Amino acid sequence: MPSTNKEKSKTAKKTSNGSGKKTSYLREDLYRILNDKNVADPKKEPKIDKEILLAMYRNMVRTRLYDERGMMLQRQGRIGFYVPSFGQEAIQTGTAACLKKEDWIFPSYREPGVFLYRGASIVSMFCNLWGNSGDVCKGRQMPVHYSFADLKLFSVSSPIATQVIQAVGASLASKIRKTKELAVTYCGDGGTSETDFHTGLTFAGAMKTPTVFIVTNNQYAISVPLHKQTGAKRLADKAIGYGMPGIAVDGNDVLAVYSAMKDAEKRAREGGGPTLIEAVTLRMGPHSSSDDPTRYRDEKMYDFWKGRDPIVRFSDYLKSKKLWDDKKEKALHSEIKEELAEAVEKAEKMAIPDVTDLFSDVYAEKTQQLLRQEAELLKEQELRGKFENTSEAFPL
Amino acid sequence: MATLTLLGAIRDGLLNEMTRDERVVLMGEDIGFNGGVFRTTEGLQKEFGEDRVMDTPLNESGIIGLAVGMAVNGMRPVPEIQFMDFIFPAFDEIVSEVAKIRYRSGGGFTCPMVIRTPYGGGIKGGHYHSQSGEAYFAHTPGLKVVIPSNPYDAKGLLISSIRDEDPVIFFEPKRLYRSMKGEVPEDDYTVELGKAQIVKPGKDVTIIAWGAMVPICQKAAELCLPRGADCEVIDVRTLVPLDEETILESVKKTGRVVIVQEAPKTCGFASEVAALIAEEAILYLEAPVVRVTGFDTPFPYTLEHVYMPDPERVALAVGKVKNF
Repeated sequence: MPSTNKEKSKTAKKTSNGSGKKTSYLREDLYRILNDKNVADPKKEPKIDKEILLAMYRNMVRTRLYDERGMMLQRQGRIGFYVPSFGQEAIQTGTAACLKKEDWIFPSYREPGVFLYRGASIVSMFCNLWGNSGDVCKGRQMPVHYSFADLKLFSVSSPIATQVIQAVGASLASKIRKTKELAVTYCGDGGTSETDFHTGLTFAGAMKTPTVFIVTNNQYAISVPLHKQTGAKRLADKAIGYGMPGIAVDGNDVLAVYSAMKDAEKRAREGGGPTLIEAVTLRMGPHSSSDDPTRYRDEKMYDFWKGRDPIVRFSDYLKSKKLWDDKKEKALHSEIKEELAEAVEKAEKMAIPDVTDLFSDVYAEKTQQLLRQEAELLKEQELRGKFENTSEAFPL
Repeated sequence: MATLTLLGAIRDGLLNEMTRDERVVLMGEDIGFNGGVFRTTEGLQKEFGEDRVMDTPLNESGIIGLAVGMAVNGMRPVPEIQFMDFIFPAFDEIVSEVAKIRYRSGGGFTCPMVIRTPYGGGIKGGHYHSQSGEAYFAHTPGLKVVIPSNPYDAKGLLISSIRDEDPVIFFEPKRLYRSMKGEVPEDDYTVELGKAQIVKPGKDVTIIAWGAMVPICQKAAELCLPRGADCEVIDVRTLVPLDEETILESVKKTGRVVIVQEAPKTCGFASEVAALIAEEAILYLEAPVVRVTGFDTPFPYTLEHVYMPDPERVALAVGKVKNF
């Protein structure tokens, strides 16, 4: 079982592995199972069914290819915006794999892999990227702001960390009703500076709710590096102040993420209250399709993390277990690519939402004011025929 | 029928709904063990337990964010913000989250809750215990804004708000909490959201107000009668959704309008009502629409009695439009 900062709190620092060796950008305090050669520590290796291991691997690859396709669609000018999660596939998959379908998920906008693991339809997710009539959200939000009520995947917001306290509320409702459901919420390292991060952990600590807080420390909030974000050496240490266990894991080691999450899940499920998991990685792509990370990123650090691709590391592990080989890898890639191509074709064909979709779902029933505005718009449409789309490309 | 204060009527409404529907939960600062700083929730924790009447940490954004998660997960939270002046840390949760969840999820998720909060001046509360922030919320699509002016409405509107499928901000005129008493049925009843009430019929001038300004306007109407103006006083009751029909019918009858609010003048809800009248009834007007409001200054302490509209200031405005 991974030990939390209740037991130990080592300081983190950039370390040199002795003279003549490459600088390591990996903190020493991180919980790890796979070593630098991608071999699992037999004492810590979690017992995971073969089917689950393969489902996890598949999800990581699917997430990577989904992200690649999302970025490509944006670069081709077919969708307006995209937020990739390159390098974060292990964190998304390792955490999602520990959940039951009745558990709640309050994600940020960089968790496509969590949606995919839960079983969200790729066509539906693509429809969200186009904001068209096939989008669950009826084209009301920017791309990647998914929402799947039937899968208990809460609607994604753009304001940072608002979901953290909401997850506490959802899990408090479960606790009161004694349903044993958890709520899991995700935010980034930047999110830990926000009011609602503090708010969420304060309430969860005081109310001992079954909540798991996952902080994806990808070391940058758009362009702002972690050391300008906080004076804290370890984000996991913040848990101490809120009266809950915190653990920092190697976010590129899916087995370590899984084990930390399993521990947190068990604690929450058994009434032991909340846990903070800091999963350390590096954001390998831009903040969004509008961002150019080469303007601010530390290239040496980037190269270091490039050599620690979570998918490669997991694949090495599976190969060592005789569960995976290059032939299977190739077949998986072509299967997913075909799935993505078919989904893109379906989604891209769908019409934009109807103008009357502007007015529904503001309230359960349209107010007199909304009815009048809708009637006026329809009259205007009759007079002018069409509305010219003059929007500029999204600048951020 | 019992005679209750406005505060007692609100407590009665909460008691009614908590008894009827176990999904109704209350949360806020000091509302549990202590029964609220105004005693609105007195005894409710004892009756319903700590799971349903929760003392929360001192964090308004947390109170609302917690309620969001609970509402999304099937509860009917009624969070209290101790004074409306302290609602601003929760502004993001209310405006970005509560108000938009139904819309942004295509109706997949809903967030029914009633945010109760005492507002308004006249109790020597200075900047931070006196403000009237209804316009901020009336300007946010997705929220309903309800402001009772008397005990009967307070209970009936609160029950309607708790049963509503949409989030409601329920502004409680704290100046009237104990000073205003009235007959309140002991049973379950509702006052429909979106229906204004003519609290005093009249033929010469329409006075439009809400919350604590309603009794001020009723007194103003009494002052005006011997001065030659028979005023019709409308209690708007719910700013969103707004009962345009009652307002416009009255305006078409009198042709003269005074709109009264405690909040500062610029971009207040009175301006919205004035614009509505200009758009829909301008040809019926015999005089310019006049607003009687707080000033465009922060809310004062010592001179609050000068700052706040009183019956005489309203009566002077009525005289102005009557004699235009």
